[in-house]
Amino acid sequence: MAAPSHPALAHQFDDLPQQYDAASTGMWAFLLTEIMFFGGLFVAYTVYRQAYLPGFTEASQHLDVFLGTLNTAILIGSSLAMAMAVHAAQTDQQQHLRRFLWLTILLGAIFLGIKGYEYWHKYHENLIPGSHFDYHGAHREAVQLFLVFYFVMTGMHALHMIIGIGLLAVLVILASRGRFSATYHTPIETIGLYWHFVDIIWIFLYPLLYLIGHHS
Amino acid sequence: MNEYIVSQHTYYRVFGALLILTLLTWGVSYIPFSPGWSVVIALTIAICKGSLVVLFFMHVRYSNQRIWVFVGAGIFWLVLLIALTLSDYLTRSYTLLAF
Repeated sequence: MAAPSHPALAHQFDDLPQQYDAASTGMWAFLLTEIMFFGGLFVAYTVYRQAYLPGFTEASQHLDVFLGTLNTAILIGSSLAMAMAVHAAQTDQQQHLRRFLWLTILLGAIFLGIKGYEYWHKYHENLIPGSHFDYHGAHREAVQLFLVFYFVMTGMHALHMIIGIGLLAVLVILASRGRFSATYHTPIETIGLYWHFVDIIWIFLYPLLYLIGHHS
Repeated sequence: MNEYIVSQHTYYRVFGALLILTLLTWGVSYIPFSPGWSVVIALTIAICKGSLVVLFFMHVRYSNQRIWVFVGAGIFWLVLLIALTLSDYLTRSYTLLAF
């Protein structure tokens, strides 16, 4: 009689390593579609920045560089916490696993809080694109266009983070029920891949949105 | 599991490198290069940071060839998207729209 299989092993797979391989490959395939999604936004941004360079530079100066840099550090920290959670799962340290998952969620939430504060600040300065947009510089329309890119790109990034925090919350619940071990922690790995990918998007958003207007 | 366990020490070093590169790109942005050069410098640093995340945090350095093919395909199509689009827009002699 065959040895009893792991409860997490789906019947279409021979063993857990094969299931892990399929799951991580699937997540990478999803991330490729995400690269093309954000890639389109980045290319559109590049085309319009090249067309309206003075306006984009001027608009970038209205972003808070300090908060942008702080948020970059916080998000990198959350990625480290996520990587440490994977390590804790691989080495079967249940308490560390839960703590690092919570830390990842906490740092992600702080990032979103700072992002929300920046949005609130833009709202009070009447710099939200649309009928209440109130800006009297030489490059009014180009500044508004930059801010459309700013809100769409950071907004889509924030949406991905909110989804990520939801997924991490599910992982915390499953981890507290003892579902993960050194032999099975595929969901920690694959959601970790997603979380790190969202971090990479921000790593490119930060210089393109916050830093390009600095010197001039 | 047939996966490689990356040491905590490696994670901390990658984290340190990412923080240093973040401070570097912030500091460099105060140096008045031309707009073109400042973007090239900023993106070079961003690509370095992204590569560190992909190779170590996402374990690609320790992954099999299939994962490398997936990552390579993502980069290839992104480069194609950027290069073909910009080969059009950057070589036009007129501006896009007159605001």
